[in-house]
Amino acid sequence: MLNRKLIAVGATLMLLALFPLAGSGFYIELVAKVMILAIFALSLDLLVGYTGLVSFGHAAYYGIGAYTLGLMAPKYEAANFWLTLPAAMLAAGIAAFAVGVFVVRVKGVYFIMVTLAFAQMFYFLFHDTKFGRGSDGISMNFKPIASIGGFTPFDLSNATHMYYCVLVLLVAVFLFLSMVLRSPFGRALQGIRSNEHRMRSLGFPIYRYKLASFTLAGALAGLAGYLSALQFGFVNPELLSWHQSGNVLLMLILGGVGSLYGAVVGAFAFVALTEIFQALTRHWQLLLGGAIILLVIFLPGGLASVANRFRRTLIGGADDA
Amino acid sequence: MPDPILHTQGLTRRFGGLAAVNGVAIGIEHGRLHAVLGPNGAGKTTLINLLSGDLDASSGSVIYKGEDITRHAADRRSRLGIGRSYQKTNIFPAFTAFENCRLAAQSRMPRALSLIADAVAFRPVVELADGALEAAGLARRGGRVAAALSHGEQRQLEIAMVLATQPEVLLLDEPLAGMGAEEAALMVELLRKLAPRHAILLVEHDMDAVFAVADTITVMVNGQILESGPPAQIRASAAVRDAYLGTDFTGAVA
Repeated sequence: MLNRKLIAVGATLMLLALFPLAGSGFYIELVAKVMILAIFALSLDLLVGYTGLVSFGHAAYYGIGAYTLGLMAPKYEAANFWLTLPAAMLAAGIAAFAVGVFVVRVKGVYFIMVTLAFAQMFYFLFHDTKFGRGSDGISMNFKPIASIGGFTPFDLSNATHMYYCVLVLLVAVFLFLSMVLRSPFGRALQGIRSNEHRMRSLGFPIYRYKLASFTLAGALAGLAGYLSALQFGFVNPELLSWHQSGNVLLMLILGGVGSLYGAVVGAFAFVALTEIFQALTRHWQLLLGGAIILLVIFLPGGLASVANRFRRTLIGGADDA
Repeated sequence: MPDPILHTQGLTRRFGGLAAVNGVAIGIEHGRLHAVLGPNGAGKTTLINLLSGDLDASSGSVIYKGEDITRHAADRRSRLGIGRSYQKTNIFPAFTAFENCRLAAQSRMPRALSLIADAVAFRPVVELADGALEAAGLARRGGRVAAALSHGEQRQLEIAMVLATQPEVLLLDEPLAGMGAEEAALMVELLRKLAPRHAILLVEHDMDAVFAVADTITVMVNGQILESGPPAQIRASAAVRDAYLGTDFTGAVA
C-alpha cells in the first residue's frame, strides 16, 4: 500500500525532473506555473483537508507573498532571492496569524465568509492605496538573483533554472507537509478535523492548533505567491482576488481534499482543463464548470481517490476473510 | 469522610425557563465511586456537562482541589485531570482504535516536541495508549478502524480514550449503555479496578451495576438532589421509591 504510493510519487517526480529535456520553452514555463499553483494548493490542503477549515480567502496570503517581492524589489537593480523569499513567507505568515486570531474562532459557513471578508480587505488595500500602487500593480525591472557572497548557483531569469528551482521547492513543501502530518501536531489537526468536540474534551487547546495551522498555511501560500511574482515579473491586485481563492479550492476538489498527492494532481488537472477548454471556445468557463460538476458527482474523492478506491475494495474484502 | 477532590456549590443550569440542574451540591472523593441515579430528564448528563466544562453554569460553582474552575474551558479542565466519557459514543471513527487512544494520550505530551518527531515514535504516549486499550478490554482491537468496531466495542473505546489521558477524576456518562451482558460484566469489573485510584462519578441506568459498585449514590429528580447516601440508605428510602413509582426499582435491586 505504501509502496504503491511511493511509486506514484516517484514516477511523478521523475516525469517532472525529466520534462525540461523534452518540453519547449512555453511548456517549461507552463509546468513551472502549475507547480507553483501546486504549492499553493498544498498549503490550502493543510487547512481544508487536514484541519477542517474551509478558507475562501487563501489568495490573500498568496498575494501578500507576491507583493512582498514587488515592494522589496529595487527599481534599478535585482533583489536578492535568499532575502526576499523568506521575507515573503514571513509577511504572509504574519498576515495569516493576525487574521487567524479572529477567524479561527468561528466555524463552518461563517468561517468561509469571514476569511473571504479579510481577503477582500487585503485586495482593496493593494487595489485602492498608494502603498500597493493601485490596480496596475507593480512591474519589476529585474528578476531577483540568487547570489550568496558573489556566488550565484542558479539563474532565475533562465526558464529551465527557474523550473528546477520551483520543482525543488514543491518537493520540499510536499515532504515538509508529509512530516508535519505524521507529527503529533499534524495528528492533532486531523483529530480536530474528525471530531473537534472530543479533541477539546481530551484536553487539546483547539484554538492554538487551528491558529498555528492557519499561520503555517498562510506562510506556504506566501511562498507560492512569491514564486508566481518571480516568474511573471509583476504583481497586481488580481492575485488576491476571490477568484483566485476559488480557483485553488477547485484544484483541491478536483484532485482530492485531504491528500497531498491530490493537491498536486488537482493543480495539474485544473490548468490542463483550463488550457484545453480555452483552446476550444471563448466560453471555456462553462465547460470547466460542467467538468467540475461531473467530477464532484461521479468522483467525490477527487482524482487522487481513483487509486484509493480500487485499493479499498481489495483490502475491504481481505479484511473480513 | 475525606475532603472531596471535586465538588459543587449551588450549581445551576437553566435552558430558557427550565432549570435542568438546580442548586446541586455534590462532592466526589478520591478512591470512591459516586453514582448518580434518576429518571430520564433528571439532569444527570447536564450535571456531567457542567463538571467537564462542556456546558457553562448559569450560577453556582465547581471547585477542583480547592480551585474554582467554574469558568475554565473543557480542554483546560481535562488537562487538570478531569476526564469524561460520553453517553453517545464520541470517537474518531476514521482512525484506528489505537490512534483514538494515542491521540488521547498525546494531549498530555509536552508541546515542544510536537512538530519534530513521528507521532508513533514517542514511546510513553504509545505505552499509555496500549495500556488504556488493554484496560478496556480492546487489546486485540487496536488495529481496527473505530467505525468498524461493534457497538459494544465502541463503548469500550470511549472509556479507553478517557483512561489514556490518565485523569484523576472520571466522569462516566452511562458507560454500560448498549453493551451486551458479557461486555457489561467486564466494564463493571474495570470500574471496580479503577475506583481505588480515581474519583469516579458514574451516571448509569443499570441498577444492578450501580448497587454493585457504588460507594455513594445520589438520586436526582427534576434537576435537584432527592437523596444522597450509601447504597443501603438509598435502597431503603421511601422518597426514592416514590420517585421511581411505577418502575421495577425494588425488583431490580433484589
